[in-house]
Amino acid sequence: MASAKPRVKVPASAAKGEIIEIKSLISHTMESGQRKDKEGKAIPRKIINKFIVTFNGKEFFSADWAPAISANPFLSFHMRAEESGTMGFTWIDDDGSKYTAEKNLKVT
Amino acid sequence: MIEETKMKLKETPKEISRRHVIMLVGAAAATAGMLPRVSLADKAATDAAIKAIGGDGAEMSGITLDLPQIAENGSTVSVGVEVDSPMTADNYVKTVYIFAEGNPNPDVCTLHFTPAGGIARAYTRIRLAKTQNVIALAEMSDGSFKRETVEVKVTIGGCGG
Amino acid sequence: MRKNNRKIMMAGAAVAAVFSIATIAAGEPKSGYLSAEPETQAMQDDDFSNPAMLVTDYGGDLWSTADGDSGKSCEDCHGDAADSMKGVKTRYPTYYQPWGKMINLELRINECRKDNQKAKAWKYESKEMLGMASYIGYQSRGMPMAVDIGGKATPFFTKGKEFYYERRGQLDMACSHCHEDNSGNMIRANLLTEGQINGFPTYRLKWSGVGTLHRRFKGCNDQVRAIPYERGSDEYVNLELYLAWRGRGLAVETPSVRN
Repeated sequence: MASAKPRVKVPASAAKGEIIEIKSLISHTMESGQRKDKEGKAIPRKIINKFIVTFNGKEFFSADWAPAISANPFLSFHMRAEESGTMGFTWIDDDGSKYTAEKNLKVT
Repeated sequence: MIEETKMKLKETPKEISRRHVIMLVGAAAATAGMLPRVSLADKAATDAAIKAIGGDGAEMSGITLDLPQIAENGSTVSVGVEVDSPMTADNYVKTVYIFAEGNPNPDVCTLHFTPAGGIARAYTRIRLAKTQNVIALAEMSDGSFKRETVEVKVTIGGCGG
Repeated sequence: MRKNNRKIMMAGAAVAAVFSIATIAAGEPKSGYLSAEPETQAMQDDDFSNPAMLVTDYGGDLWSTADGDSGKSCEDCHGDAADSMKGVKTRYPTYYQPWGKMINLELRINECRKDNQKAKAWKYESKEMLGMASYIGYQSRGMPMAVDIGGKATPFFTKGKEFYYERRGQLDMACSHCHEDNSGNMIRANLLTEGQINGFPTYRLKWSGVGTLHRRFKGCNDQVRAIPYERGSDEYVNLELYLAWRGRGLAVETPSVRN
């Protein structure tokens, strides 16, 4: 289901001390485990259960997701810009797969 | 009588008749019937989850929970949460739990904040199985809790829903 | 822009002459965007919030990926889609000489794959087709729909129009009963729209994903308990032409977000 690359928006630059908004979107059905197929068999749960965000390698925000998160999960959150560096995004699937993205931020 | 019925059928309805709506709704219900029956969580299950975290004595203020009064579609409901906090090294929001009382399982998501965030605010999209209360519970760095509840009406659509 | 307007006026005059249509829909056409809840509109307004952009991005990747026996990508012939595909969506469906009938964007993509790329046709509702149709449609965002119904397209336009007003299914309802006579009225908790097509492929909350216009047609036909036609069928392509004309002048919103 990870045929589409995640979309993340981080401002290219920010003033030191500025609080920036980060938006993330990833393609995933977030199969809840509650649905049944046409034959009446339960469709097994398969969701992204964890989302981790780091800056220069240090985790500063994360989320645990239950099946109640909508398909193609969207999450926006914030960071105080203190130094230039790289923001890293990791989504962890129930099956152990990891999807990642990276964005650079320049602090002036 | 038969002639009259035939005449009626040829008329273009200026409004969609009650009969049409009932039939359409019936078709929608038949579709809905294909979904599995699941037991839904309730207030007791949600309260138990909150108690297990230690948030049963939470202060009922300090959180803004942004949800539509009426959700167009329960599959995708926008939710925003913001907790009042200076977000400094010794006074910040650690965790925000979101619960949905009327879902098969009350857990929706858990957000882990740090002072580096600068502000304890996030937006996401959630599934709501029916009209119900959505609850945000925030655990602060000093071990105290804040809580907010918002009721969301989930509409049952005509054709769109 | 001026050229488009003139074209529309000419087309309008031609239609009035040929079919002596009385008033079609009073006033300007209304996009379904206007009937959506503010939260749904907000999803569409921001490309970093709009989940259909994931699919559109994927289409962009396919655009520059070589495929088929030709070993060529779309880009190898068409260059930058932002230039070469700009405005394309506003003109489809269009008359296609080799078939002697109308062709829509999805079917045209497959023709190009077969003829030029020497590649296998994509399934109509495949993620590849949704990606490419969204990506090409996206290049016309904000441009007015301006389909040509004159000349050889005219008989197909007539068929599409007839389909729109024809009763079908167990509920014995035509498209017009909901989308012309009752647009703006409620059907239970939903506001009935004019059924405009300027946002397709669209991300539907109900689908939790992106789908084609013809998928929506099938859904509509199902709901009046009619047997739907196939995606890409002549019936649906002609209906698409008629609806594109009803929505002439509306800005392309591809990929939109709808309930």
